[in-house]
Amino acid sequence: MDVAALAEGVRRGEILTLGKALSFVEKGGRDAAALLEALEVGEEGPPRIGIAGPPGAGKSTLASGLVRAFRARGERVALLAVDPSSPFSGGALLGDRIRLSGQFEDEGVFIRSVATRGAAGGLSPAVADMAEVCAAAGFDRILIETVGIGQAELEVMRVADLVLLVLQPGAGDGVQAMKAGILEIADLIACNKADLPGIEALESQMREMLDLRAREVGRRPLLLRTTARSAEGIEDLAAAIEARWREIGEEERKRRREERWVFLVRSRVLDLVREALDAEDLQAEPGTVPALRARSFLRSLAARWDGSLESGEGS
Amino acid sequence: MKRGRVRVLIAKPGLDGHDRGAKVVASALRDRGMEVIYTGLHQTPEVIVRAAVQEDVDVVGLSLHSGSHMDLFPEVRRLLLEAGMEKVLLIGGGIIPDEDREVLEARGFARIFGPGTPTGEIADFIEKHLGGESKT
Repeated sequence: MDVAALAEGVRRGEILTLGKALSFVEKGGRDAAALLEALEVGEEGPPRIGIAGPPGAGKSTLASGLVRAFRARGERVALLAVDPSSPFSGGALLGDRIRLSGQFEDEGVFIRSVATRGAAGGLSPAVADMAEVCAAAGFDRILIETVGIGQAELEVMRVADLVLLVLQPGAGDGVQAMKAGILEIADLIACNKADLPGIEALESQMREMLDLRAREVGRRPLLLRTTARSAEGIEDLAAAIEARWREIGEEERKRRREERWVFLVRSRVLDLVREALDAEDLQAEPGTVPALRARSFLRSLAARWDGSLESGEGS
Repeated sequence: MKRGRVRVLIAKPGLDGHDRGAKVVASALRDRGMEVIYTGLHQTPEVIVRAAVQEDVDVVGLSLHSGSHMDLFPEVRRLLLEAGMEKVLLIGGGIIPDEDREVLEARGFARIFGPGTPTGEIADFIEKHLGGESKT
């Protein structure tokens, strides 16, 4: 299927074409860029809501609840559920649909499982492109769910306009979150599994840290209590997401979009270099300073790439 | 351009609660470098086909031990065609008698794998059919 036909189908909201278009941009390359160009996705559109948190905190279940809440208001919702690819085989077992799919019987909910495919930071920049395609298909809500709250995942959460952090009691998350710097990027923090012991401790720990931080920067993340499995607090969370997005204001939104743009360019450059490096049969040269070898590699790369990127190589 | 990865949907239609086989197959395919989406238990044919469309898979694998394969398998096939997924490689597995296997293989299932099939055989079969890469 060619780029123009894909773009047309996506804009008409054809689900079959959308599925194919997502694979198309996920693969990357010049054609993917051409499709994004043809879709003319503007800067506006629905906020990309990123959902991050440690494994087992209940992100999928919470995402499922949010999808239902948005859907109940008649909104069309797209969810990109990201899971890691195996570093050994490159394959992936994507299980988010187990908690998600069967519950949504209509065409107003679109769920796509995405493997990281070895991208640095656990979330391929292709996810940002996939979100663009979903926006072009006319979805009112776009959720991106990913695993982990390490430094890499934080960086990667830049593909989102709004970040929801999900924590659970009893996992020492408060301190972990402080270490990872999640407070700097989270807009909302859901203290999930509120039916478990330790919820008060988690909440007060987080509140304390947010108080400390609020004195430095002013804006503070909203703290909410949820029990995703029984859907408690989900309506409030959906409303809080809404409120937060309004409150952020146009200037901050613009700033985030620009940050994302820069982040995506950086990721693409790093990916291209990494690919070239993977293809290079690098042999040890005892006696050569590694940094000098690195420079000579970059020089050879620049010579080789001169002109060839236009012809469709690389991502 | 980079090659796409082979994407496989492993699904359990109907009321059968045994998914050990499905999980073993899913893991084996992942270890062959495929991206495997597992739906979990008790899925209707409609939900399975919707997942196949949204996930843009190259392969749909159905697993069933309850005996209702002659109803559910062809229904998934019919809905896949209706959804425009005629190119998808459709395979099945589970407790399926030989005479049923023959009928299903004559009706659009590329292969029905019986109990005890080495998982490598299933991966080989998929790779042979798709030439090792996603067609999309």
